[in-house]
Amino acid sequence: MSGLAVELSGITKRFPGVVANDNVNLAVETGEIHAVCGENGAGKSTLMKILYGMQPADEGTMVVNGREVHFQSPKDAINAGIGMVHQHFMLADNLTVLENVILGAEPVVSGGRIDFEEARRHIEEVGSAYGLALDPDDLAETLEVGERQRVEIIKVLFRGAKILILDEPTAVLVPQEVEELFRNLRGLKDEGHTILFIDHKLDEVLEIADTITVLRRGRTVATVKPEDVTAHDLAELMVGAELPVPETRESTVTDRVVIEVKDLAASDAEGTPMLKGVTLEVHEGEILGVAGVEGNGQGELVEAILGIRKLDRGSIFLKGENITSWSVRRRREAGFGYIPEDRHRRGLLLPAPVWENNMLGWQSMPPFVKRGFWIDKQAAREHAQKVIEQFDVRTPSVDVPVHALSGGNQQKLIVGREMSAPLTTLIAAHPTRGIDVGAQAAVWEELRRARSNGLAVLLISADLEELIGLSDRLVVMLRGEIVAELDPSAITARDLGAHMTGAVERAS
Amino acid sequence: MAKRIWGVLAPPLAAVVLALAISSVVLLISGSNPLTAFANVWEFGTRLETLIEALNRATPLYISGIAVAIGFRMNLFNIGVEGQYVLAAFLAAAVGAQISLPPVLHVTVIILTAMAVGAFWGGLAGYMKVKRNVHEVISTIMLNVIAVAGIVSFLLARWDVPDPSLDTKLKAIPESGWVPGLNGFVELFTRDIKRVELWGFILVAIAVGIGYHYLINKTRLGFDLRATGANPLAAEASGVPAKRTIVIAMALSGAVAGLVGLSELLGASHAYNLRFTQGLGFAGIAVALLGRNHAVGVALAAFLFGWLDRASGVLEVRGDAPREIVTIMQGVIILAAVIAYAVFERRRKIEEARDAAAQTELEVRAS
Repeated sequence: MSGLAVELSGITKRFPGVVANDNVNLAVETGEIHAVCGENGAGKSTLMKILYGMQPADEGTMVVNGREVHFQSPKDAINAGIGMVHQHFMLADNLTVLENVILGAEPVVSGGRIDFEEARRHIEEVGSAYGLALDPDDLAETLEVGERQRVEIIKVLFRGAKILILDEPTAVLVPQEVEELFRNLRGLKDEGHTILFIDHKLDEVLEIADTITVLRRGRTVATVKPEDVTAHDLAELMVGAELPVPETRESTVTDRVVIEVKDLAASDAEGTPMLKGVTLEVHEGEILGVAGVEGNGQGELVEAILGIRKLDRGSIFLKGENITSWSVRRRREAGFGYIPEDRHRRGLLLPAPVWENNMLGWQSMPPFVKRGFWIDKQAAREHAQKVIEQFDVRTPSVDVPVHALSGGNQQKLIVGREMSAPLTTLIAAHPTRGIDVGAQAAVWEELRRARSNGLAVLLISADLEELIGLSDRLVVMLRGEIVAELDPSAITARDLGAHMTGAVERAS
Repeated sequence: MAKRIWGVLAPPLAAVVLALAISSVVLLISGSNPLTAFANVWEFGTRLETLIEALNRATPLYISGIAVAIGFRMNLFNIGVEGQYVLAAFLAAAVGAQISLPPVLHVTVIILTAMAVGAFWGGLAGYMKVKRNVHEVISTIMLNVIAVAGIVSFLLARWDVPDPSLDTKLKAIPESGWVPGLNGFVELFTRDIKRVELWGFILVAIAVGIGYHYLINKTRLGFDLRATGANPLAAEASGVPAKRTIVIAMALSGAVAGLVGLSELLGASHAYNLRFTQGLGFAGIAVALLGRNHAVGVALAAFLFGWLDRASGVLEVRGDAPREIVTIMQGVIILAAVIAYAVFERRRKIEEARDAAAQTELEVRAS
């Protein structure tokens, strides 16, 4: 080994209301595959964005190949030999592989002409050297996901990167593609490249990494070797010293069914089936947890129940009444609360003031509307004032536009407005994602209160601690189906994780 | 508060100043003295008669701007105001000429006809968007051609009435269907007005502005519309019926657009003819942009454009410059305003975030 390729020390990055990285240290040796793992919101992505020059750190130093660096933009990082393969591929569909690879870094001969021959030679050379086989003349739109990822990797290699950052590269791949990717990564490593690999799937991390650094809530908690730890150890490091101990508390579950979903099927925009016949029921006073690796149909399930996704088949009942054909508004008026997984996408009107956001979803009902037609601004502002006091939303006033609030306060506003509506059902998708510990505890408390108030709560989360700690019952979703129903008081995060990845299914 | 008002006014003012500067350069290049030219425009433009003409010009511009603004508030780009108002004015003129009713009722029927035609033509674009996913920019551009070059040209040639002036025009609307001028009212405050007449339709324009303000800011429908404009996905999750709201917004926009041509029709020409003013629908886009879709802002923008249009006539008369200089100025104002708004907006966002963070930080420390 020839010393350290990357050394980050004391990296701190604050966003309003959240410390994304708190004194993070990371040392990556040249020529190794180094995995950075942690839960969602642990600060992995922020750290990589800092290393790639997309965001400046507030404090701390970065040393690359022995020289201290201060990146102003990704361009500086690229010049220092760092390349990043993003989770969401950035390819132009109507260009060929060759054109995509050279886009923005075209080899130019005199007169500004692009030297395609040189580019082609170079790409084929790179491709064969690392076993990244691709036809340079294929159109990007015809490529499979795994091939697209290979194009992205060649793109960064073409720009001369010796240090590669891969942001959750396996999230979009099927198992065979993962194996292929791992072969490629080992090939790159053998050629002397350094690879930083971000992931939260423990079995994968253990398989590919030479060294593992674990982040938790913005801090580095450990750097370990895969041969010294088990997946269980890693899980413990990721979620905290003690794995969640399900609280002993009296059950409020009743036998009255509030939401019943029968044989629900739905597809994504491309027509790929995402939900393949899901049947479940949620009782009054019950929190039903839905576990699963992201992209296994949980999002579609939520949207289908809320009425914003068209069904291929199946039906939904509210207290015995068939509501399958009801509009979203009618469902809202029947007491469907919704905490979206992405608050900016589905939950807020960023340029609008707090008081208007506080009525979003409930704008067709009192106290926000009078005589069915007029918005009662005064009542709406008073209601917003109550919500920000009761739910501790830190904002200068109810007239401030919501984009000025921190993520945690935005989330508390959403939770507050949903919880103060006359609910029968609460659909909470990743309710604590990307918010700080304090806000997280507050949201958990509200979910518990919802349950004890007799609501039917559907909780979707990637945070296993959250799921096990809060749910009365757990179902596991895999590839659009429910593959297991579990008792949260009798399961560990590790077992749950095994169900989520399908390891149990395969073993049996 | 002062800061807020400044934030609203600074961008358009900056735009006007920049437009003046660039026009000066153009005037200099074309060999005239910008100072004399501007002085002449100002002197002519502040005459009572010019101001009246500017208001007559601003009235349809304002209505057109509001029609466009209704679409803008929910991220719909209604380029079709042009076709909607020409078709509406034409059919309303035809209907108005055929019927005979008592004065106020007659005008009301003409207005409702125009609004219905505009609403139908605009709603059609909304319907195509909802049913077939046709982008409203494409459909309204095509509907413009169908309305103006197709239906109106075709029917005008068919329904043309013989006229001593050999003008191609429809039968005139009888006097019970005219909107009287407001000179008598204005003259209560000023000297006698010569030659020109302030069209009474300006009162309808004011009513449209007030109605727009209330609808957008104070009603459920307005909130649904704005929510969809600000974040369509969040609006959908909040229960806004997206498709219905799109059709309603386009129909509303079209209904208002239907009024654009009526100020001239009912106030002056009384018959649809070949010289009927066109292009107001496109001008309305510029006016809505400059006025930031705000009822008062659009009014100021409409008056500015109307005034520039009328006051600039003097340039040619006095031989200072071709009046096209005004087109350049209007273009520069729009460009500069769009840029200035973007710059000020970004600064405002940063400041708001900083203020909110600072304030909550204090609370955190205090608690």
